[in-house]
Amino acid sequence: MSHGNMNLTLKIWRQNSGSEPGQLVTYPVKDISPDMSFLEMFDVLNEQLVAKNESPIVFDHDCREGICGMCSMVINGRAHGPKTGITTCQLHMRSFKDGDTIVVEPWRAQAFPVIKDLTVDRSSFERIQAKGGFISVNTGTAQDANCLPIPKDDADASFNAAACIGCGACVATCKNASAMLFVAAKVSQFALLPQGKVEATTRVKNMVAQMDAEGFGSCTNTGACEVECPKGISLENIARMNREYLVANCVS
Amino acid sequence: MSNSSPSFLKSSLGKKFIMGFTGLFLISFLVVHVCINACIYFNDSGETFNMAAHFMSHNIIIRVVEVGLFIGIILHIVQALIIIMHNNKARPQKYAVQNQAVSSKWYSRSMGLLGTLLLMFLIVHLANFWVPTKIAVYTGKEQNSFEELKEVFANPIILVVYLLGIVSLFYHLLHGFQSAFQSFGLNHKKYTPFIKSFGFWYSLLICLVFASMPITLYLGLIK
Repeated sequence: MSHGNMNLTLKIWRQNSGSEPGQLVTYPVKDISPDMSFLEMFDVLNEQLVAKNESPIVFDHDCREGICGMCSMVINGRAHGPKTGITTCQLHMRSFKDGDTIVVEPWRAQAFPVIKDLTVDRSSFERIQAKGGFISVNTGTAQDANCLPIPKDDADASFNAAACIGCGACVATCKNASAMLFVAAKVSQFALLPQGKVEATTRVKNMVAQMDAEGFGSCTNTGACEVECPKGISLENIARMNREYLVANCVS
Repeated sequence: MSNSSPSFLKSSLGKKFIMGFTGLFLISFLVVHVCINACIYFNDSGETFNMAAHFMSHNIIIRVVEVGLFIGIILHIVQALIIIMHNNKARPQKYAVQNQAVSSKWYSRSMGLLGTLLLMFLIVHLANFWVPTKIAVYTGKEQNSFEELKEVFANPIILVVYLLGIVSLFYHLLHGFQSAFQSFGLNHKKYTPFIKSFGFWYSLLICLVFASMPITLYLGLIK
């Protein structure tokens, strides 16, 4: 074992399909470099499993640089692991110590059913988006940007809300499995801009209705989502959505 | 985009709005309650306190508001139960390992438990004071509320029950006060720090004054 490398005990959730029960299975891994990412450690383990003719652990991943929102692991009871402001793929093994036991579970929510092992079905987010997470514009040449003056603070707040990658860490972290932070970010990014005002009323009503229909819990303002969000989406967005929703119900 | 949403009050956001609204209503009631309690500190053998208590139990406007208060409490409890049952269904499979302490305060996650303790306390509290007062009002009997107070708080078990009730109230308010504003959509960089610190000092002050009453009476500091 080269200097600084680690031996770890992994306890990983294995589940063949959504309809079968799953359980935590223990896997010892040896000689893990502290410079590996958490997912690279999984790649090493999976290669060992394949070599032994065992089924590899299924987990979601794509860009591996924290922007696609695919990776989704609850590591030792925390969405995306022990660090804040990063996704699972940005977590490195130097955040752990030699001899550690690491428990890895999928996002747990009624609205995120397990597909296999650590992979969950997050299409509920897409159905919420489809209810209003867009603006309707006619095709044609884009108008001159200076025709629509937008205060810098609004533009920044909208951009910060739009930074949401839809990974679902907010749902995974929330004690009520509530999707409020996600939906609030998607509502806010348009609510702050003149382009979003046209459909503001129906947008918030329809997206909230879909969020409720998907079986997400409701918000009890514990603030855990904001802490665990890899993109630092602020709770102010939830308040903005509450406000938008109240106004939308008053006027229509 | 067509509109196909259910009514406001049936939505998850609407339910939270009712929780916040009834919560703030109950919070405003606490101010009245604590002010009347504080009348014992005139230290005039309960003369001022009895006057205030008589006003509260006989004034027609207060009696009407009292009905509103009970409706508020019941709505707050019923909505809480509906929300808790809904939230429990949102995560049927629990985590094997949970590390919630790093991302949220324990009392913000324990509002249901704190509320249940408060309800149990409330039942004891109503049985101690509200029920005898009602009986006195309806039978037309002259009542010395201050003497009743001293009698009840002479019991150390009652004293402990009240202090535990007040601790539950403190933590319930600590989260509930600022949470209500968030549910109403009132979150602003400029005002939220004020709302949060006001909520903290409000919770602390109200609970300290509430706690001081049974303690001073038990110790016989107020006669």
